Amino acid sequence: MAQVHLRNVVKRYGALDVVHSISLDIADGEFVVLVGPSGCGKSTTLRMVAGLEEISDGQVVIGDRVVNDLPPRDRNISMVFQNYALYPHMTVRENLGFSLKIARRPQAQIDAAVDEAAAILALTPLLDRKPGALSGGQRQRVAMGRAIVRHPDVFLFDEPLSNLDAKLRTQMRVEIKKLHQKVGSTVIYVTHDQVEAMTLADRIVIMRDGHIVQVGTPLEVFEDPANSFVATFIGSPPMNLLPGTVQGGRVVLADGTAVPVPPGLHVADGRRVHLGIRADNIMPEGHSLPPTAHMAHVDMPVTLTEPLGTETLLFATLAGAEVQAKMLNPRPVTPGERLRFGIALDKCHLFDADSGVSLRM
Amino acid sequence: MTRVKLPPWLVLLLPAFIIIAAVVLVPLLLSLYSSFTPYHLTRPDTLWKVNFPFNYQKALTDANFWAAFGRTVLLLTVALNLEMLLGLGLALMVSKVTQGQRLLRTAMMFPMMFSPILVGFQFKFIFNDNVGLVNNALQSLGLADRAIPWLVDGNLALFAIICAEVWTSTSVFAILILAGLYAIPQDPLEAAKVDGCSPWQSFRFVTLPFLMPFIYIAMAIRSLDVARAYDIVQVMTNGGPARRTELLWTLIGRTGYVDARMGYANAMGYVAILLSIAFTVYFFLKLQRARRDLGMGD
Repeated sequence: MAQVHLRNVVKRYGALDVVHSISLDIADGEFVVLVGPSGCGKSTTLRMVAGLEEISDGQVVIGDRVVNDLPPRDRNISMVFQNYALYPHMTVRENLGFSLKIARRPQAQIDAAVDEAAAILALTPLLDRKPGALSGGQRQRVAMGRAIVRHPDVFLFDEPLSNLDAKLRTQMRVEIKKLHQKVGSTVIYVTHDQVEAMTLADRIVIMRDGHIVQVGTPLEVFEDPANSFVATFIGSPPMNLLPGTVQGGRVVLADGTAVPVPPGLHVADGRRVHLGIRADNIMPEGHSLPPTAHMAHVDMPVTLTEPLGTETLLFATLAGAEVQAKMLNPRPVTPGERLRFGIALDKCHLFDADSGVSLRM
Repeated sequence: MTRVKLPPWLVLLLPAFIIIAAVVLVPLLLSLYSSFTPYHLTRPDTLWKVNFPFNYQKALTDANFWAAFGRTVLLLTVALNLEMLLGLGLALMVSKVTQGQRLLRTAMMFPMMFSPILVGFQFKFIFNDNVGLVNNALQSLGLADRAIPWLVDGNLALFAIICAEVWTSTSVFAILILAGLYAIPQDPLEAAKVDGCSPWQSFRFVTLPFLMPFIYIAMAIRSLDVARAYDIVQVMTNGGPARRTELLWTLIGRTGYVDARMGYANAMGYVAILLSIAFTVYFFLKLQRARRDLGMGD
């Protein structure tokens, strides 16, 4: 059990900075997810915490120790790798017990810890098999088991689910969450999948180009994205961004369509902005958008539909840009049909067109 | 006149059959047959006197043959293990080099580019008791007060031969093990670091099991090589002094071509081949097991 602090941590390869002075405080027992597109520095950051990458500058603190110069084995962490990284020549039992064997624990204690971990992860019938004879999901469970037998201070997960198929991924996601509830250790989890981030995290850390863009609970980053990058990265489908200019309290889009500025925002005339609308907040009239005091209406032709059962995703065109909208209680829509859409303005966002920064902040 | 019509598959395979028969099968059968005769090169008619187990009985009761057999096994064991250890060390060091590794890898293969005969002459010179480098160096450094008879004393001569063998062939191990090192996935090594392994433990529990198949491949190749060792020994000591460095094939060569007792030489040759086969089978079984351990299938 331990807190983790990153203090102005930098990773530099030659003249190239891949992680730019990031700072982050992680509480004891917290489940923190680092998420971002590939190349954003999230894995590098995790590997610096693990001790697999040298820390170019700044400090990493685990518990109350600065661990910059400690090798991985002295940090009391354990890590689950993307490719499982099991030892192929050892049985599942040997894989699970390896770290304890290295630590010269008595055999009885090793057996007890292995049996406990195997029971938690339903690996008991597989203990005498080798990794080669296991399925992807089973290997992933062994990798997690290997991490939990040591009762480490911090669990590090490096994209652990990205090699699994979609169904198994959902299943393992639940298992990881259960495991965290059971074990209660601090977890740092790296993924590029925003759904994993939303479902697992106590707090999400969104990274881009080696910087932390926003830190917050899943709902915070979903409802109050700090900028247009977070807005389009978190949430599925991504938030619609419509370029326009503010004039007289209205956002005027490229084709002259005008939508009132969302309530509570005060923006000077002439400022170029992006109007951000999630698909959940733009729906055809009569299809269950809860009525609010701040509604706007637009007419759009529908170009494509994706029926999902309880709802249909509509692709429409507004002022030359593609807009994704949801239709609850769906009825069949033929492509080309013009529909009148309602927009819940109080749930909309404005971002500066140049910097992308949210004007709500 | 009717022409015999052969089936097409036979016609197509016939050239291969004829070549294999001419090059491999007939000489093999002939030598096997002659090993059952007292065939003497200068008396061709002896080829027709079959005396079934005589040559084999003679070989198996001949102290010289068993001495050569034992010495060959000793040379195999010592040379292969030394080459493996040195090759492993060399490969591990070269794999850590970041600049000029390509150059080093090329340089590492130089010993393999020399004819074993030349290597034999070179080491004969190096270990010469009068003008040799080793004795000169030892005496100049004050480590020895008189010339050591490297190639005259039986044990020292075998040691000198092993030195020459190891010098030429360590790179076979080094190259193959280096290839193995490049093929090791990095993930398990990182997992081992996180699991608490010291560098030695990482090597012992992760790197080495991954290298074992490569080591056994090198062992299999080299065991065939060393079991037929002839050239270096022939040049350096000619099996002497007083048969003290006689190996199976120097003994067989001498019996066949110097004493002209080809029937007897062939019989010993077949026993020697059994030894080679035994070593190869042993290392292949080990290789298969090491691969199975790694989940690489058979």
